[in-house]
Amino acid sequence: MTHTPSKYQLERVAYRRSRAIRSAFVAALSTLVLGTLLVVAITGAPGWQRVKETFFSAAAARSSLPSILDGLLLNLRLLVFCAAGALVLGLLIALLKTLRGALFFPVRMLANAYTYGFRGVPLIILLYVLCFGVPGLRLSGTPSVLVLGGAAIVLTYGAFLAEVFRAGIESVHPSQRAAARSLGLTYWQAMRHVVLPQAVRRVAPPLLNDMVSMQKDVGLVSIGGVIDAVRAAQIEVAQTYNYTPYIVAGVLFVLLAVPVIAITDWVTLRAARRQSAGSTT
Amino acid sequence: MSVVLSCRELRKTFGPNLVLDDLSLDVAEHEVVTLIGASGSGKSTLLRCVNLLEDIDDGSVWLDGEHITGPRVNPDLVRQRIGIVFQSFNLFPHMTVLDNITLAPVRVHRTPAKEAAARALELLARVGLEAKAREYPDRLSGGQQQRVAIVRALVNQPRLLLLDEVTSALDPELVGEVLTMIRDLKGEGMTMVIATHEMGFARQVSDRVCFLHAGRVLESGPPSQVLGEPAEPRTRQFLQRIIEAGRL
Ligand SMILES: Nc1ncnc2c1ncn2[C@@H]1O[C@H](COP(=O)(O)OP(=O)(O)OP(=O)(O)O)[C@@H](O)[C@H]1O
Ligand SMILES: [Mg+2]
Repeated sequence: MTHTPSKYQLERVAYRRSRAIRSAFVAALSTLVLGTLLVVAITGAPGWQRVKETFFSAAAARSSLPSILDGLLLNLRLLVFCAAGALVLGLLIALLKTLRGALFFPVRMLANAYTYGFRGVPLIILLYVLCFGVPGLRLSGTPSVLVLGGAAIVLTYGAFLAEVFRAGIESVHPSQRAAARSLGLTYWQAMRHVVLPQAVRRVAPPLLNDMVSMQKDVGLVSIGGVIDAVRAAQIEVAQTYNYTPYIVAGVLFVLLAVPVIAITDWVTLRAARRQSAGSTT
Repeated sequence: MSVVLSCRELRKTFGPNLVLDDLSLDVAEHEVVTLIGASGSGKSTLLRCVNLLEDIDDGSVWLDGEHITGPRVNPDLVRQRIGIVFQSFNLFPHMTVLDNITLAPVRVHRTPAKEAAARALELLARVGLEAKAREYPDRLSGGQQQRVAIVRALVNQPRLLLLDEVTSALDPELVGEVLTMIRDLKGEGMTMVIATHEMGFARQVSDRVCFLHAGRVLESGPPSQVLGEPAEPRTRQFLQRIIEAGRL
């Protein structure tokens, strides 16, 4: 069963290998050239020495790191809860919007009003209203500013995610639902087992993209007085007049985003592959 | 023999387009009826109405003597007793072949998953596809997908099987394996209504051929009569065109 490749195949393999080595070499060289140019341009600038001290001071970075990390932990916790909340809310609203029939008219109308309204309202205004307005009512049992801020983020993102989910649900061909119903599945069974799994797979990339975006927005709850990573950095800066803590916070945010972005890319790639596999049949 | 399906004066419109015009059709137990007719004559629409996938505008449909188009009938329960297979297979792409087949038994009939899988594998084996049970549909050929779709419709043990041009999306060499499967089903006594453009197949498998024209069954009878010596000029015209197209 051993197959000896023909001379044509050997030729093709050799050519492909030489191309691969060549392109790796070219890529390395061009990166090196560009990197050198950038370093020379920046470090050669007249103000570089001052910028280096105020933005890239190792001492300031070390002293500010603990409090920024504390803040970042809050960002992370908030992100997990807000992401879960917004996904659930978005999915629920999207499902309510698909309901047909007179009985569900008010439900549909409310869901529509919600997605129209909350996609339009700037998050920061909603945060002001919830974080300052609601406690101002002086009701007993008013939740903390953190919870209120989280609610503002969930409400805003839920409206966007609802539209993403709805687009996914509508992208599943009606014949799939007809096939499910013809087997005796109820509306909800068809939705749950046939339509939604396909819909969620299709919109996973944009959903994850919104999560990356939310990761940055959760920090806005600091306007209500809680201390997140950016706010912690700000406090450090105000004490030392050195801007390094901002850079530290920025780098930490990027590091935090990298895994999520990597997952997004991977999911997108996989979805694209599946699609092209499907379209060839 | 008892009547399994009875359509009485069915009427169906799409906007101004009258597709079924007081159409009546009875199908007896173990009988195989094929629907032929020009494209757009309403074959698919009739099958979809029987499976309650379309709302009818008048008339009634009866299954085993039970009125299934009544206002208080639960369509989900009716559909469990009628299998339908579409031209475009409509397998669920995110599920394996096995999951496609066991979805309804497990979710609708609450059959234990093991039992449902065993039955599915047995049915797959009968059409030579048990090796494909764990594959996803897009890894299968068209003929294999269509046979899986038929198995999926059969696993509910329906009283009546509706087949809508199940071979017209297939390459000629794949048609045979699907037709063999349908012929076997006939041998087992399955009651079937088949919409088809394959006159050769209609002649071989059906007990009765119905020619649909202008929303009605214009002519109906044994295949030798309807396809061999049609009484209606319209039927003759239709068959003439098909012979010219080289499909008979
Ligand atoms: N969902 C729909 N909306 C509007 N018109 C429709 C719809 N479904 C079918 N029709 C119309 O109903 C008529 C009958 O269509 P149907 O699909 O039943 O024909 P058919 O006999 O199955 O044709 P074919 O042999 O091409 O499959 C056609 O004129 C078609 O345009
Ligand atoms: Mg049709």
